[in-house]
Parts: sequence; C-alpha cells; structure tokens
Amino acid sequence: MSARETLAARQISRDDSLVGRSIVRPNIRRHTEGGGHFVDDIKLPRMVHVAFLRSPHAHARIVSIDSNAAARMPGVIHVATGKDIAAISKPYVGVLRHMEGLRSPPQYPMAVDVARWQGEPVVAVVAESRAQAEDAIQRVDVGWEVLPAAVNMEKALDPSEPVIHESYGSNLCYRQIVDTGGVDEAFAQAHLVVEDTVNIGRQTGVPLEPRGLIAAYNAADRELTVYHSYQSAHLMQGTLATCFSMEERQIRVIVPDVGGGFGIKIHTYGDEVAACALAIILNRPVKFIADRFESFQSDIHARDHRVRGKLALDREGNILALEIDDLTGIGPYSMHPRSSSIELLEVVLFTGGNYKHKLYRARGTVVFQNKNCMCQYRGVGHPVAFAAMEHLVDQAALKLGIDPAEMRRRNLISDDAYPYTSPSKTRFEILSHQKCLTQLLKLMEYDDLRKEQAKLRKRGIHYGIGLASFFELTNPSPLIYGMGGARIGTVESCTIRLDAGGQIVVHTAICELGQGAETIVAQIAADAVGVELSSVKVISGVDTLSGPTGSGAWASRQTGTVGEAVLQAGLTLRKNILDVAAVVLQTSEEKLDIINGSVVMKDGKRGGNVSLLELARIAYYRGNELPSTCEPLFMATHQFRIKDYDFVFSNGAAGCLLEVDPETGFIDLLKIWCVDDCGRAINPKLVDEQIRGGMAQGIGPALLEHCIYDDQGQLLTCTMADYLLPMSLDVPDIEVHHVQTLTKTSALGAKGIGEAGASAPPGAIMNAVNDALRPFNAKVTRQPITPEVVLEALGKISQVSSVSRQA
Amino acid sequence: MKAPRFSYARPDTIAEAIALLTRFGEDARVLAGGQSLVPMLNLRIAAPSILVDINQISALNGLTVEAEKVHVGALTRHAHIESSTDVSKYLPLLALAMPHIAHPAIRTRGTFGGSCALADPAAEIPACSVALDATFVLAGPNGERRVPAQDFFQGALTTALKSDELLTGVEFPKSKPGYAAAFGELTRRKGDYAIVGVAAHGFISQARLSDLRIVIFGASDRPVRARHLESELEGKEASSECIRRAATALDADVEPRDDLHATGETRRYLTRTLASRVLSDLMKVGVS
Repeated sequence: MSARETLAARQISRDDSLVGRSIVRPNIRRHTEGGGHFVDDIKLPRMVHVAFLRSPHAHARIVSIDSNAAARMPGVIHVATGKDIAAISKPYVGVLRHMEGLRSPPQYPMAVDVARWQGEPVVAVVAESRAQAEDAIQRVDVGWEVLPAAVNMEKALDPSEPVIHESYGSNLCYRQIVDTGGVDEAFAQAHLVVEDTVNIGRQTGVPLEPRGLIAAYNAADRELTVYHSYQSAHLMQGTLATCFSMEERQIRVIVPDVGGGFGIKIHTYGDEVAACALAIILNRPVKFIADRFESFQSDIHARDHRVRGKLALDREGNILALEIDDLTGIGPYSMHPRSSSIELLEVVLFTGGNYKHKLYRARGTVVFQNKNCMCQYRGVGHPVAFAAMEHLVDQAALKLGIDPAEMRRRNLISDDAYPYTSPSKTRFEILSHQKCLTQLLKLMEYDDLRKEQAKLRKRGIHYGIGLASFFELTNPSPLIYGMGGARIGTVESCTIRLDAGGQIVVHTAICELGQGAETIVAQIAADAVGVELSSVKVISGVDTLSGPTGSGAWASRQTGTVGEAVLQAGLTLRKNILDVAAVVLQTSEEKLDIINGSVVMKDGKRGGNVSLLELARIAYYRGNELPSTCEPLFMATHQFRIKDYDFVFSNGAAGCLLEVDPETGFIDLLKIWCVDDCGRAINPKLVDEQIRGGMAQGIGPALLEHCIYDDQGQLLTCTMADYLLPMSLDVPDIEVHHVQTLTKTSALGAKGIGEAGASAPPGAIMNAVNDALRPFNAKVTRQPITPEVVLEALGKISQVSSVSRQA
Repeated sequence: MKAPRFSYARPDTIAEAIALLTRFGEDARVLAGGQSLVPMLNLRIAAPSILVDINQISALNGLTVEAEKVHVGALTRHAHIESSTDVSKYLPLLALAMPHIAHPAIRTRGTFGGSCALADPAAEIPACSVALDATFVLAGPNGERRVPAQDFFQGALTTALKSDELLTGVEFPKSKPGYAAAFGELTRRKGDYAIVGVAAHGFISQARLSDLRIVIFGASDRPVRARHLESELEGKEASSECIRRAATALDADVEPRDDLHATGETRRYLTRTLASRVLSDLMKVGVS
C-alpha cells in the first residue's frame, strides 16, 4: 500500500469516521417539508407548454394531418408534426459499435410517415397552458392507414409476420452466442438433465416524478439551456448537440432535484427532443411534463424475456453444464444511446455466473415488435438471468432429493476462487457467494423454517421457502458504452474547497434521485478532510456548465466512482490545509492531523491547535500574516475511473417465505431476507433502503406488475389502477444484513448496490411458490405469478387469460 | 391529464342542487368526494360542462337511527361509517365491508352516495345495499321517490338516477336478532376493486339458514343476488361440505366476464370458492 492508500484507509475507518455509519440524510428535511425543487416547480418568463398527440395504433401510416381546428383553439401557439421537428433535429440510431450485428434504423423524435407503436408521438401542440394544449390535441385530425402489427415476440421472425423495417427483410435486431464447447458431450453423459422455460413479463419503472424538462433557447448566443429530470446531464448535453448539430458548449443541461429514475431517465425520448426543438423554433421556453398515462405508453419498458434453460448434473448434484436460449422483443427501435440489446446481453453473459460449472452455451435473440420501446431499467437482465437459473437449480434439487440450500452450497463458486473468470468470460474480482449464503441461512433460521413448514403442511397450510443467489454489475469501466461510440462517460470528478467561512464545499456531478447520493458524498468528504458532517456542504443538482464532469446515476456506479473522486480530492485538500497549518503553527505537516475541523498535534501535545475556520480567515483575509513563500491552495480536484476490471461486481443471497392458498391461487408474501455484499457500506441504512426499494421493484414483476398488450398492440395498463405496483401492504418485512468484501479497484473499496435488490425476488419468489406447490405436484414458470397462473398450475382452471399470457 | 374546462357551482340546499341539475341535465355531474370523478375528469373520460359540488349541503350528511331503519346521508364519508358504533350495531354487514373500500385516504374523502351513484360493479357498498334490501332516496324536481336497491343498480356505471335527480340517502332496515352477516372479497392488492366479492346476510336458528340474501359483486355488471344458491341452502343445516356442494348453484347465478385480472372461467371458479368461505363464516358467526 502506498502512503496515500494507507492514509485513505485510516481516514475512513477511524473510530470517529462517518463512513460506515447510518447517518440520517441531511437533505431529508428539506424534502419532507416540501422544499424540493423539481423541474415542474420551475417557471420561466414567457414559458409555454407542450402536449403530444400519440399514435392510437400499434402500426399505421400517417395519410394526412389536419391541425387547422387545433391551431385556432384558445391559447394555442404552435402545432408541429414529426416532419416539422425532423427539419431541425437529426435522427438518432440506438446501436453500439462493439456489438456486432446489432441494427436499428434512424429514429426521429416524432413519427414521420409511419407510427410504429401505440403511444409514439405524432403531433405536438404548444399552448399557454398544458390544459389548453390537451384541449387542442383533441381537435387534431389524423388520417390513418392501419397496418398489420407485429406484436408477439415469439412470432416476430415468422415469415408471415409484418416486417417493421422493410429494408431489413426481417424483424431481427440482434443475436448473441456464447459457447465454451463441450456442452453436448456433457449433456449426453449427465446423470440428470433438467429442462424448463421461464417467462418474465413486461415491466416499467414508474418513478414518482414523471419525465419532464424545460427547454429555453437563447437565439442571440445560439445556446440551449435544458432543465431536465434526468439521471445523466452530460449524456443529454451530448445527445442534444448531435440532434441539433450544435457544439456541446452551446448546450447546457441542469438537473435539479429528481424524484426517482430507476433507469427510466437515461434514454433519448422523442417527446423530450421535440420539446427542445420547439423551444428553438419558437424562441420561447417550452415545458414538457409527461403525465402518468403517457408515461406508461412512452417510458421505456423492460424485461419481457422467454428463457429456455437446460442443466446437466452428476449424481451428487454438481452442475456440469448449462444451456440457455433467451428471446426478447424490444419494440420497433433499439433505444438511443444505450441500445436495447444490453438486457439480453446481460442475460446471456450472467446466467449461471455464480455457479462453478465450466461448460456453457447461450443463444440470445432480440426482435423488433410494434410495442413501446424497451431498454435498461433497474437490474438490467439480472432478474431474468437469476429467475431462470435459480429455478433450474431448484428443479434439479427436487429431482435429486437434495435440499435447495445444500444444492447451492455445493455449486456456488468458492469464496477463495477469486479472481474468477466465468464460462462467458466475465471477470469477477472478489465475491462472497458462499459466505452470503451461510449468513442468509442463519438469518432465516432455515432449518427451523423447514420444520415449521412441514408441520403446517399437515394442517393444510402451504408455506413456501425460496432462495436466490445473485450478483450485480456495478461501477463499469469505459468498456460498457464508451468504446461502442456512445457519449456515455465513466469518469467522475470532484472539486472540494475550504471556503472563508470554514465550510467544506463539495462539487461533483452526482445525481441525487432520492437514493441518498449527496449524503454519501458528505460522509466521505467529512472523513477525507477530517471535519464534522455539519461543516460539509454538498452542492445539489448537476449543471454541465458550472459543475464538474461526470456521468450520473446508472449501473449502480455513483458511490463507488464519485465517492472515490471525493475521497481523493478530500485527501488532497487535507494535505493542502496541513501545509498552511504547518507554517502557521511553525511545525512540520507530518506532525499534524485534522480532527473535527481543527488541526491538532498528532502526539496530542497542547498549544498547537488551530481550527480550519481560523486557517481560512488567515488565508482569505489576513494573508499578510503568512510568509510570501506560503501560497494556500484550499481547493482540490480529482478525477477517477475504474481501470483494473471491466466491471466491479457485488453479490448477495436472498430468501423469502410466503403462503400459497391452493384454493384461490392467492399468494401472501410473508417475509424476505437478504444478505448483500457491496464492499464497503458507506451508509448501511442507505444500503438497506436500496435493497428494500430494489426488492419492491423485484416483488412487483414477480407477482403484480405487468404491461399488458392485446393482440392488436394496444397497451391495456395505462393507469395506476391497471398497472399494479406493490404498495406498502404488499411489501413484507425485509431484513437486510451485510457482508463487506472490499474491492481493490479503489481506495474507498465500495461496490454498487442500487440494482441488486431488484434482481433477487423474481427467482426467490418463484422458487418459494413452487416449494409451496410441491405437495400438489404443480409448478409455475410464468411471471407475474398471478392467482390465475397458480390456479392453472394446480389444474383448477383450464388456462390463464389470453392477454396476460401473451408474449 | 388535465381536465377539460368546466363551470363550477356549490349549492347550499338540495333544492338548489336539483335546480342546477334540471337546468344542465346530462352536461352536469355531481361532485361529492371526488375520488372517482376527479381522476375521470383528468383522464378526460368524463367531460361535464358543470360540476355541482354538494359538499356544502349539510342535510345530506350523517347517519340517522330511526325505530326500524338507519338512514345514511349521501354525503356521509366512508371513514365516518366505518367508525360508527350505530353501524356496527344495526348494520353489521356494512361494518364488515367498510374496511375493504380502497385505502384510508380515499375513505376519508369518499362518500357513501358517491360510491352508490357511480355503481362500479366491483364496489362493496352497492353489494351490501342489495344484500340488506336497502331503499335509495332520490330527490328530483317533482319531489322524492324511493327505489329498492335491487332496481337502483342497472348495469356497469348505470343506475336508476335520472339526470335531474340527486341521490340524497339510503335507508337500511335494522338487522334483527338472530341474523348474521359475513363478507369477503378477493383483490390483487389490498384496497383494489374486487375480482369477486360476496356479501351474505341471513337468519340462523339451530344451525339452519333462512331468509338468506347472498350478493355476488365484481363478477357481473352489477351486484347480483345469488338466488339459486340461496334457495339451495334455504332451511338447510349448512355444514361446510353442504355449502361447498351448494356453491355450484352459483354457476346459474352469475355469468362472469373476462378482464385484465381474470378470465370469466377463473371468476366463476373463484366465486364458488369465495362464496363457500363466506357462507362458512356466516355459519360460524351465527352459531357463536
């Protein structure tokens, strides 16, 4: 360890360090008192509002648009079609260069000639108020020629299906294959082969604050300023510069408070680009706030995978080989700029990645369809991969008569095997699957739970216990998107200063979405410099012009990467402060320390103390007291990126207990346990909250949430009454414990945790339901596991409704 | 999701409200608790030219206990009924049903009359009013008329109310000694509209059922009396097994529809299952 590394470790692991403590978020009071400052709170002079007429059809040609009546409606300022917007905005293409074969045609902000999903924006109306814009939308007359729609992903490649992009000749978007070789031989020689198909439904993120922005154009300087509810300000800056053929310096993106993102707010949405285009056309600020109805039709959807899986095992239950075939339909375009192939790619690369087998073959197929676009949402592929694998592991355990916990103990990668490269060539630095499993079983009192279950079964009460082991891609290196040509950075920056009032001011590009990101920054900064939390001010919000460069909230990366930049910048500032203090105290820097905002002698001798406030006063106001050779630099900057690994993975294990009512098919989720390992937990309570919040978004798709389309491609779940989010009464007590295996890719040692919670429940819950159904010789493989799905498995009804089983 | 423009009036008396309804007819909608109407306005499912806000009409508010009956004013909030000791004493079925209506926030604002006038097929109060043989009091330009619950609900979101009439209250006969009540519903989430629900009320003597009124809701376009099942059980000593067998009679009582959450077939199955459970509960309540 270098001296710097030793110092870093000391600063964040002293008895009085804030890192590692469950500090209450300093910004929680402002938010609970209604002091939040969201995009919709901002009102600019001459600001106008836009609403969109969206395609009522899944696939239709626009024959005519008559907007005369709409233009005459009260308050209406402008009506624009897709062609009008296309005249000033270039189309974008959602492909990454490093993904061979991935294709998607140029996508315009609004439909030009043909609308390809129900909900695609077709006409924009700008008015003095949003209500007036909505009134006028109802007077726009669009002549449609309805085209046959490709809706079902299972049929999308059939020659009889309509081809969405004619020049492609088929609806194939992307195909990915992994093959270690030797798989067929392993299956031929296996003692047991387990085979099954798992279906995971379409889901969406539903942030509390919907998507929204205000675009303001300064024609004199040709500058566009955008206040945006977004997870990645710098990404949007690059996107808009490309769309409008402007320099990035002409685009300023300001992200104020954001009310949740979950990966919904990291994509290029046509309605948002169109709102910016309208601001340029009209030279007036334009506000667009998506309402809930249009959010369901236009916020990206996710999941919707069909995974066929096959496991080869020996007599002792050792997994010898795994084979999967994954299919997903992503809507009519691959989403810009991340592409809609990553979720499938992660299923292909990560399924079985926590287990020891060496032989693996995977085939993944991404198809176009006339539904809303799909892209990366909390957990990206992980919940699908773990649901499929954990289900196969349980089915194998059942066939072999081995307890599911023992089955995992035998097959999970040993904790001493790292660094480890999986059969899909994914490199894991250091994980703790076995340790997490052991702790989980203890936490659950697993053996007692099994005894209780057996007792209750005799009384006709059907408890199910389900386990799931998981890992999570976090803290990515540039390999994830940057190398594919996307303007998505992986560098994080921090500028930290001691100001004249003795306050430590921290400026990063961290995006606070409600997850507590600013608290993490404050804790690390306070420790790095050696001050109390109350002396640290973290600048809220992200501004591409006035703030440092960063990449924002995605891939569970902010704590690990922004946090490291803050730690390193803070250590430099500490050193700079001590240099001045040494002059003032007439001693040498090595003899000094900073404790609670005061410079003190390391050996505890008295007389040598000086507060940071006093040092700041001297430096800023009374520089005459300093020798001319002393030049205080009470400001430090650091930039950081992950270098040693492509990604820093975290991991964990989860268990759940539920009761299935075999007469009604209803499921009562009773309890969830989780042991996670995100490396150093900066704020354990915030980690718990990430796990619990993530779990709610994993319980949802397992039991309730579903974007349901009919066979014409009409979305039937456009309100909160139809799209069933788990509410407080549907989420059970979730007990979270932590293992902390530090990553060596940074001095901070923090891995990510933001998405892990969402990854485990689909597998754990499905396993628990099947455990409960074991006496009935029944099993479910389709999510969400509605009462109907359970009743069908039990043979009480002939089939679930055609809409809810549709792929 | 902004409501279209509408005018707004806030009458102080029933007569003023009826005058407004008479004047504007189908273009007017009554605003009570607003728990369904306001979302419908914002979704532009409803676009009335005027809202007649009845919240200031004190005559519509509250419970009145009379010798034979309990009068529930149309403006009485769900939360008030839920916590009323008079309701738990005289209308035990209604008391059982109230906690199933949506969530506390909605029960604080939502009104008894609003739930009836909306006539959602899966709503709890309409089902209870049919099971308890309640009478709906409708005020119009030519005075009051009374409509039995059975005739008030005419289909999904359709009632006997004319466009110039205001529902002022509902009269329930007090529950008599020897009668028992049971209620149950199956919802995807706590507080959701029911996939299917069952409200049951009947006289139990020496473990035998009589004067049974079973209402199924959520399975048809309105709350439906399960007359085949009722006659199947009338006068019988109803063991769980007997109830379970009798529940097949329900197939003749309801013709369930398909929707997002269940097929008609599933609903039919769940109706039988739930009715068996609710009737077993009824027997337990009656015997204890």
